Amino acid sequence: MRDVAIIGVGMAKWGELWEKSLRTVFVESALLALEDAGLDRLDSIVVGCMSSGLFVGQEHLCSLFSDYLGKNPVPAARVESACSSGGVALRQGFFEVASGMADIVLVGGVEKMTDVTGCEATYALGTAADQEYEGYHGLTFPALYAMMAVAHMHKYGTTREQMAMVAVKNHDNGSKNPLAQFPVKISVEAVLNSVLVADPLRILDCSPITDGAAAVVLCPAEMAGRFKKPPVRVAGSGQASDTIALSSRKDLCAIESTTVAARKALAMAGRKIEDIHLFEVHDCFTIAEIMVMEALGLCPPGAGGKAVEEGLTRIGGRYPVNPSGGLKAKGHPVGATGVAQAVEVVKQLRGEAGARQVKGASRGLTQNMGGTGGSSVVHVFEAM
Amino acid sequence: MPTPSKYWREIPQRFRFEAGKCTRCGHLAFPPRLVCPVCGNREFAPHKLAETGKLLTYTIVRVAPGSFEDEAPYAVGIAQLADGVKLTAQVVDCAFADLKVGMDVRLEFRKMSEDGPAGVISYGYKFVPA
Repeated sequence: MRDVAIIGVGMAKWGELWEKSLRTVFVESALLALEDAGLDRLDSIVVGCMSSGLFVGQEHLCSLFSDYLGKNPVPAARVESACSSGGVALRQGFFEVASGMADIVLVGGVEKMTDVTGCEATYALGTAADQEYEGYHGLTFPALYAMMAVAHMHKYGTTREQMAMVAVKNHDNGSKNPLAQFPVKISVEAVLNSVLVADPLRILDCSPITDGAAAVVLCPAEMAGRFKKPPVRVAGSGQASDTIALSSRKDLCAIESTTVAARKALAMAGRKIEDIHLFEVHDCFTIAEIMVMEALGLCPPGAGGKAVEEGLTRIGGRYPVNPSGGLKAKGHPVGATGVAQAVEVVKQLRGEAGARQVKGASRGLTQNMGGTGGSSVVHVFEAM
Repeated sequence: MPTPSKYWREIPQRFRFEAGKCTRCGHLAFPPRLVCPVCGNREFAPHKLAETGKLLTYTIVRVAPGSFEDEAPYAVGIAQLADGVKLTAQVVDCAFADLKVGMDVRLEFRKMSEDGPAGVISYGYKFVPA
């Protein structure tokens, strides 16, 4: 197996991009990644996208994106794993380069979510749950995470304010990210007074509906010195699954697929969690970030809320989490999220993250998950 | 409009609360499945779910997906039944303020939704306070 490096990253501004179509959103970020790498040659494209069929009525992205990127007959493959589609796409691109099947691979992630109404978007996202035994009963994603929050509060005493602090921290970080959908600071009071979506989660506990894309260019590590920017090695990749229905989990307060995926990725990289300098994790809801911190081992099970309160995960804390602003402030175009996490880590390890730079960072980790943790994918990155 | 087969084939689980009991390790699978997730066995005996249990967690859905838009707000929860099976359903006949973790609930057969004036009326189970 060959070592793999990221030699280019690209992400255009995220938001409600009414003037841009799915293909334009994708191609813009893909071109930025190719320009960043300073190359135009591609062997293969992998695209993470959850539900272009439900959001814009378009499938067959493999042909569409290769075509509109001007790269026919370069092959492309679409990867779907709900909200972890982007992270799993990165892993597939990694496999292509590591195996020797391709040298230069563009991995993109994209979602165009604002062409449908809020109710339709809620339905489309809900298809990541068990449609026959959760969706049938009127469950939504906020509802599933709200039930995890209620269980976590009951078992561990996690407070409403601690959850709000996750959103406040991520918006603080996101306010320094010009590409974020909501680069604005918010207060704990604003979170606690925002409208209820699924009790106890309020709108400011939830990641937004976003149009956006992100892309990275991979190549064998031995070739990586030939390009414009300092390369970043993909040192470890791990993925794991768990039950589709939340009710079937052994523990409603634990995201086991993340624990397993992280263990695999860290073992491959030959690192421990203490060796990592920054984390981009899947804060689709504030409670999710707390549970992911615990699943990764940044703190003991049940201690996530307290750790947020004590500043463990702020930039400048022991374990900075979501310096980009996370899904909460940066936005969550579901298929793009896992790739955008890698984009942020690469910028951080190159020292290109501006006002939100984690000083001296040379190792980063991304954690991206689908559904309520039915799938998780973790990558470890190291500056070369 | 979905075809009736989508609802009809789930009747054993939704109308009669039928689960599968692994003939080797005794694991109760609801909904029924072909492979035991615990021991890998592929043989199951029919098992009727216990109809009482305790609420493990709950929430109130205030922003609903399309087909439930007119019903919001409504409560949903996960309960563990007396036989150990955990499942998700709406919690009805209960004021939101009375919902709490650990409360006793009972499974009841209820109407779920109507697919327009001429479509399929679908049924299933909901939790009510016991």
